[in-house]
Amino acid sequence: MADLVLTTSVLEETKTQIENTLIKAGVNTVLLIDEAGNVVTVCGDKTCNLDTTSLAALAAANFGATSQIAKLIGEDDFLLLFHKGKKDSIHFARINTDLILVTIFGDNVSLGLLRLRVAQLVKTIEKAFGHK
Amino acid sequence: MALINLSKREIHCKIVYYGPGRCGKTTNLLYIYNAMNSRARSKMLTIETKGDRTLFFDLLPLNLGKINGFDVRIQLYTVPGQTTYKATRKLVLKGVDGLVFVADYLKVRHEKNIESLQDLHRNLLEHNLTLEEIPIILQFNKYDLVSTPIPTLTKEELETNLNRELKTKIFEAAATKGTGVFETLKEISKRTIHYVATKHLLTGH
Repeated sequence: MADLVLTTSVLEETKTQIENTLIKAGVNTVLLIDEAGNVVTVCGDKTCNLDTTSLAALAAANFGATSQIAKLIGEDDFLLLFHKGKKDSIHFARINTDLILVTIFGDNVSLGLLRLRVAQLVKTIEKAFGHK
Repeated sequence: MALINLSKREIHCKIVYYGPGRCGKTTNLLYIYNAMNSRARSKMLTIETKGDRTLFFDLLPLNLGKINGFDVRIQLYTVPGQTTYKATRKLVLKGVDGLVFVADYLKVRHEKNIESLQDLHRNLLEHNLTLEEIPIILQFNKYDLVSTPIPTLTKEELETNLNRELKTKIFEAAATKGTGVFETLKEISKRTIHYVATKHLLTGH
């Protein structure tokens, strides 16, 4: 697992893409994290009361734990995870092997739209981070 | 896996406290959490099972100030020590930049100390890492029990069992009282930052 060195240009481009694809669609908060549980970037209006460090650590661990479930059913890993709450829900999508996109959204955003937008964004971020 | 954010000039490193069950890994973190200024530390995250055993991990994020204009942020993790939680330990080791192996002075924990170090070796190998490349230091915890009637190991025994191949720095500690806790943290932080900085920042990145 190589270390991740983030340059300003990659980070700015990623933030702009997240803003345009998800935040403008009504999503509350988006976190881009790495598999070790570090926060790469946070976007959205409702981030000040959010413990992003803990969220990132638990999200990375959650992905790791569910990958063991994936193996039990003959998959290498799950590509996305989704937890539905009463008001807010959370969606996790894997971006290649190193990054995870965490999206927190209310019931004003449909899951179908979110999945479509996340799928687009995953490709864009992969490109920005130089993944093939 | 360190994260170096050149835009915000931040370095994030992950240090894992490893060791057998009940050796005092969480106690180390709790002492640091209680002793540190609230500006330098964030909220401590801990997921515990019934009683006082760690189920998943504990996490304590710390800010260590600036080095070369970079804000250094360290995340301290513990692993569940019990043998059955091997998969969780492997998970927490993902992206580790520095290690503290906490060994137990209690005589009854003799085998568990050795087993845990062997388990660490195996789990690191599964992440394609070895103890030769990752900074590691040893902490012999519960040093305060040596002077009590409770049967304990000697420092020499612990050294022979655990440090024969590692040949790393050792700290004796009594984590409940805080003895040796910050000395351990200081040393591993220094070595971890040096390890990460040498790889990236000092090579012209």
